[in-house]
Amino acid sequence: MPNIKVLTKLMRELEDQLVVCMRCGMCQAVCPVFAETGFEADVARGKLALLDGLLNEMFKDPQGVYERLNKCLLCGSCAANCPSGVSVLEIFIKARAILTGFMGLSPAKKLILRGMLSRPEIFDRVAEWGLKFQKILTKPANEIIGTSCARFVSPLLKDRHFMPLAPVPFHRKIPSLNTDKGRSGLKVLFYVGCLIDKVFPQLAQDVIDVLNYHEVGVFIPQKQGCCGIPAISSGDLKTFNRLVRHHLEIFHDEKFDYLVTACATCTSTIKKIWPMMADKASESIENEVAEIAQKTLDISQFLVTKVGLKKNATAHIDTAVNVTFHDPCHLKKSLGVAAEPRALINANPGYRLKEMPEADRCCGLGGSFNLHYYELSSNIGRAKRNNIKASESSVVATGCPACMLQISDMLSQSDDKIAVKHPIEIYRELIKINGTHA
Amino acid sequence: MINPVLLKEFKTVLGPENVLADQADLLTYSYDAAVLKAVTPALALRPVDSEALSRVVRLCNENKLPLTVRGAGTNLSGGTIPLRGGVVVLTNALNKILEINSEDMYAIVQPGVVTARFAAAVEAKGLFYPPDPGSQAVSTLGGNVAENAGGLRGLKYGVTKDYVMGLQFFDVDGEPVKTGSKTVKCATGYNLAGLLVGSEGTLGVFNEITLKLIPPPAHQKAMFAVFDDIDRASETVAAIIAHRIVPATLEFMDNFTIRAVEDFSRAGLPVDAAALLLIEVDGHPAQVEEDAGKVESLCRKIGAASIRVAKDAAERDKVWEARRSALSALAKLKPTVVLEDATVPRSKIPEMVRALQDISKQYDIAIGTFGHAGDGNLHPTILTDRRDKEEWERVEAAIETVFDKALSLGGTLSGEHGTGIAKSCFLEKETSMATIRYSKRIKAAMDPNNILNPEKIIGHVKAG
Repeated sequence: MPNIKVLTKLMRELEDQLVVCMRCGMCQAVCPVFAETGFEADVARGKLALLDGLLNEMFKDPQGVYERLNKCLLCGSCAANCPSGVSVLEIFIKARAILTGFMGLSPAKKLILRGMLSRPEIFDRVAEWGLKFQKILTKPANEIIGTSCARFVSPLLKDRHFMPLAPVPFHRKIPSLNTDKGRSGLKVLFYVGCLIDKVFPQLAQDVIDVLNYHEVGVFIPQKQGCCGIPAISSGDLKTFNRLVRHHLEIFHDEKFDYLVTACATCTSTIKKIWPMMADKASESIENEVAEIAQKTLDISQFLVTKVGLKKNATAHIDTAVNVTFHDPCHLKKSLGVAAEPRALINANPGYRLKEMPEADRCCGLGGSFNLHYYELSSNIGRAKRNNIKASESSVVATGCPACMLQISDMLSQSDDKIAVKHPIEIYRELIKINGTHA
Repeated sequence: MINPVLLKEFKTVLGPENVLADQADLLTYSYDAAVLKAVTPALALRPVDSEALSRVVRLCNENKLPLTVRGAGTNLSGGTIPLRGGVVVLTNALNKILEINSEDMYAIVQPGVVTARFAAAVEAKGLFYPPDPGSQAVSTLGGNVAENAGGLRGLKYGVTKDYVMGLQFFDVDGEPVKTGSKTVKCATGYNLAGLLVGSEGTLGVFNEITLKLIPPPAHQKAMFAVFDDIDRASETVAAIIAHRIVPATLEFMDNFTIRAVEDFSRAGLPVDAAALLLIEVDGHPAQVEEDAGKVESLCRKIGAASIRVAKDAAERDKVWEARRSALSALAKLKPTVVLEDATVPRSKIPEMVRALQDISKQYDIAIGTFGHAGDGNLHPTILTDRRDKEEWERVEAAIETVFDKALSLGGTLSGEHGTGIAKSCFLEKETSMATIRYSKRIKAAMDPNNILNPEKIIGHVKAG
């Protein structure tokens, strides 16, 4: 390992942002991890103090700080509640990059992030192999939710009830698409995202159906890959930058007014983290990333603010089912989008929106956090499950496929008969009822 | 370094998961919300029941290990900084509300219960626990009692000490001491609870706290009055009190604070106003209407440019939201925020407000002033960057001048934040050398090895 002084020097970049924390401790009120553990090192104030400690050469070995820094969902609850406006997520993500650069990626992460994720074609092929094994190793767990669990005792799968890989990923059905602007006069780039492509391909079809209905031109470039969040949250700048560059290249092929995604995490990554972390050495990349970020919208936000939803004569039909909505952190806390996905749900008279307690409390997935701290992640997830249950709904909707995975796992393990849907699915059902064109 | 045998014993008593000895964990217990130098403890311990807490105290005393109790670590005077190292004892696993008794209107809690959670549980039973310190969303009741925390409702409802009916705490040998009772009246023994409230963990370690509950007010009315002249606003505060009206809250905001809040929240505050008063009266509906009318006419008589009365709960919430965001809004302007709480008798508010403006000019530092004007407890909030050494020296000089002014007006160094480290060297100015000697003798008798939060309150003063 290089000299710790080198690290201190790198950390200087964060000094002006770190000093903003006045140690008031209000983040303790909202941090889902701290609510479970009660340890100061798990809450933002503690982590910021640890980074401050690194900066002030309080540690001979940064390993302890690195571990604690990674024990975080990056949900942004603290930042949203911070009286002094500390840029907590930016600090944490930059610090992870600095520390990972200094200490090196673990061999396992190197294999997954650099060997697979950074190369979209390889990632697709690995997923297809996985599909073959899936049938042998897993069995259905909950019919309504559609989860599976391990057939045999598995150290990897543990007790998880997971959404299986779809038999045919979306990019196999529709490798690319380019339709004209219709009456809407708008054209969007539809960024599919890994989870929708490989686990929820039907959602991508729903997005296309809805965009067709509203006569919005759709551009799906070939060879889309991962937005880079798993890489950057592991501090792997190299893979992250490679993915950003790859996408900038394939985005070039067509002109579009907006970039839309149905994944809160992809939207927030492209809109917030690309400009924050993309290679500043190249001015052209910096400008392109800024332009893309500015055009990026969540699908619900696009439909509500740029297109206008289909109007209905009745608010609810008699057979309307109760649906409750979970605010993904990457929609509400990161982008301030909360009303728009609810508007999609409310547009369908077959559903009645019933708010759950603490709808914007993190579901506890946090990407790789779930892999490293499954028990903790599940405890946070169970609190979400209890809130969903308390809403007495037969459907829970959320605008992020990652949250859908976590919520499915939690509901399925409790054997709840509650379906997990995306708001676009609910809106798509409305259009289906009424035929394809208005 | 903690000796390995003792470390092993702590692990046996508490379970290994509740003994933190890693350097990274320990660093996170080295600070609180005060702008002071951090000190890292040698060990952090988290007892999960009373028995473990008692044994930890005894073990620390037997081994002459300094012991600092920590709740949420939000205090503003350095009370939770382990100045002499040693052990930090975390109370957040002692977080049970043991009883809420509606018939006799009291509650018994463990020290780690979060204030807001307790207030909500009490409200759910149709009762009211008024102390509402600014950090209530995270602060613990043990911390509130140890610091004698205040809040926005101090004027009418008093502060934490007014709600402590009894305590059960461990002395330095880990033996249980009981003081006070569940009864409204109690005249047995010394009033040790009175001594322990605000003692900042220097005389004993709380195990159970008995708190008084009251019926909630039936009705409230909130309003805000806009002033073009800061003196008129502070004169109005003094006049309301002089007219024998006791609002539940009577808060003040100067122009600097108003602009910061408006920039931050776009709540529609009048940015040209020299000062704002935010006032709420509560109680029986008839009384509320009468008091509100009197307050309104006093505001007009003394010279409020305009008055807005909240029409409904939503408008009322808006008024208090603006007030609650004052510190946040100021905190966003500069990296370092020094929140002071020097307090004066209420009639002296006009003079104190003027003095704060002069001090801001004299030392050329930014001070936003807001706070609980109705109880004389203003919060002059100094905005600075502690990395700027030259300015920091001026800030320290200004703070001392604020203290001197408050004392010269018959006030106190701290209304609600405690003495801790930050104010211990000024304590003699407010009291006397004899007071400090007396306090030191009490401390020496209760804690002969000087392990209970050493150096706090009376620590910085040389006295016999």
